[in-house]
Amino acid sequence: MLFPLPRPSKAPPRIVITGAGIVTALGIGWRANANGFRAGKQAFRSVTLFDVSRQRSKIAAEVDLPQPFPPMQLSEKQLSRLDRSTKMLLLAAQEAWSQAGLTSPSRDGGMPLVLGTTSGGMTLAETYLRHAIRSPQSQRQQATRVMNYQAQRQALDVCDAFDFNGPITIISNACASGANAVGHAWELLRAGHAEQALTGGHDALCQITFAGFDSLQALSPTPCRPFDARRDGLSLGEGAAILVLETLDHARRRGVEILGEIISYAAATDTYHLTQPHPQGDAAFTTMKAACARAGITPEQVDYINAHGTATLHNDSTEAAAINRWAGARAATLSVSSTKASIGHLLGAAGAVESLVCLMTLREQWLPPEIALSATDPTCGFPIVSQPTDARVNVALSNSFGFGGANATLIFRRWT
Amino acid sequence: MSRIFVQGMGAVSPAGWGIPALCEALEKGVPLPTQALIRPGWSKPFQVRPVPVPAQRLAFLAHPRLRRASAITQYAVGAACEALGEDVGRVQNGELRLGIVVCLMPGCVTYSRRFYEEVLGDPATASPLIFAETVYNAPASHLAAFLNSRTVSYTLVGDDGSFLQGLALAAGWLLNDQADGCLVVGSDEMDWVVADAVHLFERQSVQGAGAGALYLCKESSTKPALELACITDAFLFSTARVRSAAAQRMRAQLPEYNPRELLCPGTQGVARADADELAAWTAWKGARLAPKQLLGEAFTASAAWQCIAACDALERGDFAAANVSIVGANEQAIGARFVNPDFL
Repeated sequence: MLFPLPRPSKAPPRIVITGAGIVTALGIGWRANANGFRAGKQAFRSVTLFDVSRQRSKIAAEVDLPQPFPPMQLSEKQLSRLDRSTKMLLLAAQEAWSQAGLTSPSRDGGMPLVLGTTSGGMTLAETYLRHAIRSPQSQRQQATRVMNYQAQRQALDVCDAFDFNGPITIISNACASGANAVGHAWELLRAGHAEQALTGGHDALCQITFAGFDSLQALSPTPCRPFDARRDGLSLGEGAAILVLETLDHARRRGVEILGEIISYAAATDTYHLTQPHPQGDAAFTTMKAACARAGITPEQVDYINAHGTATLHNDSTEAAAINRWAGARAATLSVSSTKASIGHLLGAAGAVESLVCLMTLREQWLPPEIALSATDPTCGFPIVSQPTDARVNVALSNSFGFGGANATLIFRRWT
Repeated sequence: MSRIFVQGMGAVSPAGWGIPALCEALEKGVPLPTQALIRPGWSKPFQVRPVPVPAQRLAFLAHPRLRRASAITQYAVGAACEALGEDVGRVQNGELRLGIVVCLMPGCVTYSRRFYEEVLGDPATASPLIFAETVYNAPASHLAAFLNSRTVSYTLVGDDGSFLQGLALAAGWLLNDQADGCLVVGSDEMDWVVADAVHLFERQSVQGAGAGALYLCKESSTKPALELACITDAFLFSTARVRSAAAQRMRAQLPEYNPRELLCPGTQGVARADADELAAWTAWKGARLAPKQLLGEAFTASAAWQCIAACDALERGDFAAANVSIVGANEQAIGARFVNPDFL
């Protein structure tokens, strides 16, 4: 039953990460991405997926998908219908599943799947709509497009590919979706709904989103430079990240390697504007403060912040104000960077991918730099990591903010 | 304390704006008349059940965030305000922490279609104002802004069953003390694109539109109290999982037939679409009330109307309990049960 909730017999369990999978324009898998992030590599190129000749920006961080696609447990028919976003999602899930040493549970035993996305299989929806407008009498393949563009179908593909039951929860809180998904999965396990959960986010580049951000004049014609004084907008990317979360007791019983721990999550709503954050970053301040309070830590104990850092004028100044206010004197020595400088803004996948980046910093003890940073915005009262740096990182914090005022903060701790 | 109560309800439906209009239509039990919806490129229009224009201009449209809002947002805000009742003021004043869950299936499809049509014409001139309204969480954002609610807000995407998942999520927030009250809204709007898509799978289906909202709290001040007794597991179906089996498993988690109980199924009066759900409930000999058959297929809004129909029947004292059954469009079979704890 989803409700009533199981009665907690003791304090909420600790939740650890036992599997992680990632797909970005830096590559497929942990190693390719860790190498890229650690070096501050930038993965932008001219857009090849659709026509951008009439757009202000013409670059994005596109993923090179493997050919042929690995088979998994999907039928030939299912494989032939996979859209770009689902392929990235499945690749990330496969890596996480394998790393966690999961085997397909009985279909009677549910394992929650919590995903964040802003557009699901939007490329299929675009094809459907284009066809319905331009060739309304021809309905060939239209049913397949309609069925498979929907976010729940992509989640079902994950369940089918690894033969497990949900329940499926899909959170679409704009660019905070991935962080909300990871946070919600964390809360489900703490509440006793299950002992394991698969969670993350995915989004593929599509024309409607690209044109949308371009119409808002939010896209930069050059690779984005978060927190740079001369920043002029964001760059879009695509990708997916999946985490296997598990109660500590369950992970220990399985004897599986623990990659890290999620120690807190908080979410809040900024009601200022549909597409702009409150200038003082009130909601961001609220989520950072609440997440720290929930974890029982202070800003002094946070070693690194993976910022939302989109490189738009509004976002970065707002986030800087919130970090300054939240960290106080600690800000002066608190390392901050935005990995969107390497892979662009992954929208619904961003929070999940950036969770995984935090995990990398905790596991491998380095900080991801923004190589292209030339002059830090003076509003930043904290240092931006701009060179490859080895560092002692015990606690990492990830911020995610989205259209509509969705704000989320996740806090991760090193597992030793 | 782990009890959850329905403290308020709100609805916008093809029957009109408000719970009274919805309940009157349900009581009459006659399918509402349909209207023609033009389908570009085709001579024959769709027959649909749209939401009627309200008799008076809606007061909440004066809010700066709602002036340009799409129909789906207007439905969501209308249903939400009705469900909250006098607590709207307490939320706006910051006296009550309100969690918001908005559940969507097609979502903000009208503005998405309009924006993409502009992109197909010339992406360099596509409207940024429209783009902002295409985002799935635009209705939740506008609702939170109208209510000045800064507590947690999620937009869930899924088939019609996601509304019941939203109720479970909200119950979790309440029991974890993350909110003092939670509003769960199902809202979906009318567009020829959606009708076209539904038509590809089921030609007899009549599209509806609107929203439904339940306002959940840990304590009840309503007479009688309306208690959320349970929400079943979500049983998935897909290419590799059989829909009828999912329906049977959901059915098995709800009680056996009892003459003092009502069943509110998600059937729409279309044989093929309804077959799995009807088969699961063959042994149910008691009263049934299926809002979709009267109002049309409005996805998450329909799911909300089922819950409202169940609660309304309990409120009238007609039944001791009411079961809601949803065998969704393309994801899950899931059920819920509401009870009147004072029913003798």
